[in-house]
Amino acid sequence: MRTITFSEATLEAMREEMRRDPTVFVYGEDIVRQGGIFGQFKGLPEEFGDRIRDVPISETAIVGAALGAALTGTRPVADMHFADFIGVAFDELANQIAKNRYMFGGQANIPLVIRAPDGIINQAAAQHSQSVEGWLQNIPGLIIVAPSSPATAKGLLKSAIRLNDPVIYFEHKVLYPQKGPVPEEEYLTPIGKAEIRRPGRDVTIVTYSLMVQKCEEVATELASEGIDVEIIDLLTLKPFDRATVLESVKKTHRCVVAHEAVVTGGLGAEIAATIQEQAFWWLDAPVLRVGAKNVPIPFSPVLEKFVAPQKDDVRRAVYRVLHREV
Amino acid sequence: MESTQAVFPERYIALPSERKMELLRTMIRIRTFETKVEELFLNKKIPGFVHLYIGEEAIATGVMANLGKEDWITSTHRGHGHAIAKGAQTARMMAELFGRKTGYCKGKGGSMHIADFSVGMLGANGVVGGGFNIAVGAALSAQIRRTNQVAVCFFGDGASNRGTFHEALNLAAIWKLPVLFVNENNQYASTTPVSYGLSAQHVADRAKGYGIEGYTVDGNDVRQVYDAASYLIGRAREGKGPALLECLTYRVKGHYVGDPEKYRTREEVQKMVNERDPIKLFSKVLMEEGTLNDAGLAKLYAEAEEEILAAVAFAESSPYPEPEEALEDLFSFSPKEFPEVIA
Repeated sequence: MRTITFSEATLEAMREEMRRDPTVFVYGEDIVRQGGIFGQFKGLPEEFGDRIRDVPISETAIVGAALGAALTGTRPVADMHFADFIGVAFDELANQIAKNRYMFGGQANIPLVIRAPDGIINQAAAQHSQSVEGWLQNIPGLIIVAPSSPATAKGLLKSAIRLNDPVIYFEHKVLYPQKGPVPEEEYLTPIGKAEIRRPGRDVTIVTYSLMVQKCEEVATELASEGIDVEIIDLLTLKPFDRATVLESVKKTHRCVVAHEAVVTGGLGAEIAATIQEQAFWWLDAPVLRVGAKNVPIPFSPVLEKFVAPQKDDVRRAVYRVLHREV
Repeated sequence: MESTQAVFPERYIALPSERKMELLRTMIRIRTFETKVEELFLNKKIPGFVHLYIGEEAIATGVMANLGKEDWITSTHRGHGHAIAKGAQTARMMAELFGRKTGYCKGKGGSMHIADFSVGMLGANGVVGGGFNIAVGAALSAQIRRTNQVAVCFFGDGASNRGTFHEALNLAAIWKLPVLFVNENNQYASTTPVSYGLSAQHVADRAKGYGIEGYTVDGNDVRQVYDAASYLIGRAREGKGPALLECLTYRVKGHYVGDPEKYRTREEVQKMVNERDPIKLFSKVLMEEGTLNDAGLAKLYAEAEEEILAAVAFAESSPYPEPEEALEDLFSFSPKEFPEVIA
């Protein structure tokens, strides 16, 4: 199979969906003149004219207008530039987009996608490094996805654009230049379904986005010690695929949840709570969470590395759920 | 209240008498609906909060007379008048206010979230200033799809102090979007008077900062509202971009029903009711024009009363939703297909 970058995979998804449906359009800051910070919009302006637009620095307008456009016959894709800027448009997301369909009794569908590049990269510091899915977990009415590879990036973006509901699409900035196999033929990655990246007997690691590959590396290393790790790549964070997680935990009896976001109040808490509610008697150890320490992401490389979850943190958590010496 | 002397093409005067009567009929239907809602709320028939549009009827009426069902509006928390003028059915509105299954939102929205998407009424909004960018998005949709639809955003004087106002007007201006921003300057943002909360003399003055046209008219004179809206909506439809229309009016009732109104005097309110009631003013105009007589006016009130009583009867006889219906309508798919979403 051919290999392309994560960035190219998202670009293919955009191009295919914009060709397929003339009501799909995309707008955001610095996406036409610059082609996106990571080149993820290059070439679209030449083909699609005013269906791809630069927006002035106006995040509330970007997100709020997506709602108005989605209610009136188009399928907008809005780019947030950095996921951190969702904070600027929080009312639009939490009080307008998420509630519109419900509070008006299902009068209209809301087919929109908010693309949100997230995660720690190159010492971007506290306001350009966050993973903010935890902010949105507590809001009914949003679908949240996070691809982990070029193939899932393409398939999930296409599914998100076709869904008749609001989707927040978190794309980790470190992933953009990474290459991976992507089928030539058209395919969709289903929303709501996790994928088992590596089957294993001893411990389940539930993870997503960039942390998937870090956990895979840990699993390979642990295999040489005779520890057989199963890795679940959630892909959809809200609603997460409970069936796959519970089935795995009932098999391995041990679980670690790993994400780059801050541990406190994060998705790991929701997953751990679900496991203890629904699979408590299958557990041989407490469910452990691995994530960023409870501070903003600091600038200095030394500090950033200390705060961000590392492979060693995942390894230690696996040892602990196996009751081994750390 | 003073209005700047904006001069628009005089289109009201050329309207056939049925259209003029229709304007008055809409204003009276809104007034009758709101008066009944106030009574029902005070009698504890309607739960929640209600914000009444009494005294501001000429604005929704004058603007909406220039829109079709395919055009869109976004509304405020004071949205009953906008919904009625846009063509929503008062029976389904009343049922919604009563929290019944037959209401527009199946009992999930209530007064602050009244909406009828089928006539282009994209919803009242509980967040002040929440409608600006939704209207901009609707106008963007029209531009992307190359239709000649327009969007109208209604907003209050208080909302013009929100950041969303700035972002929406700027974006609409640079893209020449077909949207009209209609300010209902009713002199109070909840309890805060415009004289305190507004840095400019007029909301319309702010248009200059966005390079768009801004006008102030007497929002209690439906003729002025009609002429201004006709001109500005026509321009928007032709691709000439957005405008800001400030309609000076007065909120006759409290911010909400039950408001103790400690921030103003009874005399101030009474003077406005006596001198500036938009329905009295317009009835007088129509009588002077010879379009209306006392019997005709009485008939309009009687018909409105009959309609609203029927709406109340419909609401009262409608069932409440089943409690489990609270779990429906969050997404386009059903919770049965995707149980993790709701469970």
